[in-house]
Amino acid sequence: MHTELELTCILCPMSCTLKVSISDAGIDVRGNQCTKGVEYAKQEVTNPVRHVMTVVRVRGGDIPTVSLITSKPVPKNCIERVMEATAYVELEAPIELGQVVIKDVCGTSLVATRRVRKAT
Amino acid sequence: MSNLIEERYDVVVIGGGPAGIAAAIRATELGLKTILLENRDVLGGIPLQCVHPGFGLHYFKEDLTGTQFIHRFFERMEKIGVEYITSAHVHSIEYRDYMEKVVNVITRKGVLRIYSKTIIYTVGARERTLFEIGVVGDRPDGIYTAGEAQTMMDIYGVLPGKDVVIIGSGDVGLIMARRFALEGARVKAVIEIMPYPGGLMRNVVQCLRDFNIPLLLSHAVISIAGKKRVEKVTVVKVDEGFRPIPGTEFEIACDTVVIAAGLRPNIDLLERLSIAIDPATGGPMVNELLETSIPGIFVAGNALVINDLADYVVEQGEKAAEGAKIFIENSGIPAEEWKPVKRGRNIRLAIPHYISGERSVTILARVAKPEQRVFVEVPEVGYKTFHMAVRPAEMIRLDLSKDALSKAEKSVTIEVKPIAYRA
Repeated sequence: MHTELELTCILCPMSCTLKVSISDAGIDVRGNQCTKGVEYAKQEVTNPVRHVMTVVRVRGGDIPTVSLITSKPVPKNCIERVMEATAYVELEAPIELGQVVIKDVCGTSLVATRRVRKAT
Repeated sequence: MSNLIEERYDVVVIGGGPAGIAAAIRATELGLKTILLENRDVLGGIPLQCVHPGFGLHYFKEDLTGTQFIHRFFERMEKIGVEYITSAHVHSIEYRDYMEKVVNVITRKGVLRIYSKTIIYTVGARERTLFEIGVVGDRPDGIYTAGEAQTMMDIYGVLPGKDVVIIGSGDVGLIMARRFALEGARVKAVIEIMPYPGGLMRNVVQCLRDFNIPLLLSHAVISIAGKKRVEKVTVVKVDEGFRPIPGTEFEIACDTVVIAAGLRPNIDLLERLSIAIDPATGGPMVNELLETSIPGIFVAGNALVINDLADYVVEQGEKAAEGAKIFIENSGIPAEEWKPVKRGRNIRLAIPHYISGERSVTILARVAKPEQRVFVEVPEVGYKTFHMAVRPAEMIRLDLSKDALSKAEKSVTIEVKPIAYRA
């Protein structure tokens, strides 16, 4: 078995074009400008993962929503489950930066990326 | 009853986004009496509604969301005690003389008249509108700029529509395509008039390909139809001169149109002072300390040039604050001679426009067209670096040392040359 494909590294804005060849001998990566590119390509061809970010409603805050991100990337096929888990959540202000808001979704949790103070 | 308040400052920073906050922090740290003015009711500017990561990789060496990124600066502000006013609308700027400018501000407490030695102008950009991209037809509900859609979704938690066509493939458009898709809306297509995507490749991958959203390159939306709400758009293929190709028209049914056709520096207040403008950037002409053609008025962030990264915006804010310090200490920026930075082969724009050759400088440049395997060169100072690829969406950054720049006699030229190029 031997497959060759081209990927765009999404880890930073450099957007390196990676040439990946998969064979029985393993996964070979070229075109990366840093070592992270190799890890990314290997992950991407075996089990692609992504961070998921969204917002949920907040009652009584200085802004009406709080933004969230997964504390670690989830498999791509889990993205929809994370969105479903957050769709109808409503929280109460105040919310601190980094506060865990939703636990145990697809092996990760969702943390607040914005501070919401109580409305004055 | 008149309620006029008069104050004196060394530095007035206009605009409380990342550039302005960074400038105000740096200026305060440098011991300058500084005030930061923001016209919205909260500080933070656009990053406050950017819930996606990709911020801080250069500046903090960490991948942060826009919201996390701007909170780091809020914390620094609090720590060193930066003075600021929100809901402060700058009505006008007056140039009195070299060391005195006046900023007239409408605040909740009354009209504030600030006398200041320097101004750092960091009001950001505005979004291009339908009128600027030549889309005709009806003007029903359901037409938003990408920034408006982002404010609705990520600040207010409101989904603007269900079936969406996005005009333009700049980064904001791509990121909003993903936000719509995540929230269960159908993004019918992203329409880009250029033959290549406007945003970063990583965003094309993770925002469009991940969600099977079609990207139509060399296509344009020519009209919008709908009575009360948007019902459909008409799309056409374009040739190399961006002219519609007759017979290629087709319609896409949708209830929402999002315009992500790029940003323009917002220079309204400066234009009234007859400041020198660079047609290539749409922003002011500046020297290496980001001082405009008016002595003591500095500009940073997207009001200067549309930046790819908030990290660069912050660096510009800090640079402008250092410029203000030098200006105040020397009653002007000391320089023997200002040498122009010239745009050579395949360079569409470059910042700054003038250098003294007496200080180290970071030049940000953008190419006119994508190329692979090239050298970016500044022949006058012997600078040459290899790039696997250059793209209009990704700024090139050149760090030039004071020593290298001292070799420049009349000017410096930034140019891009393919490996086997012969002039």
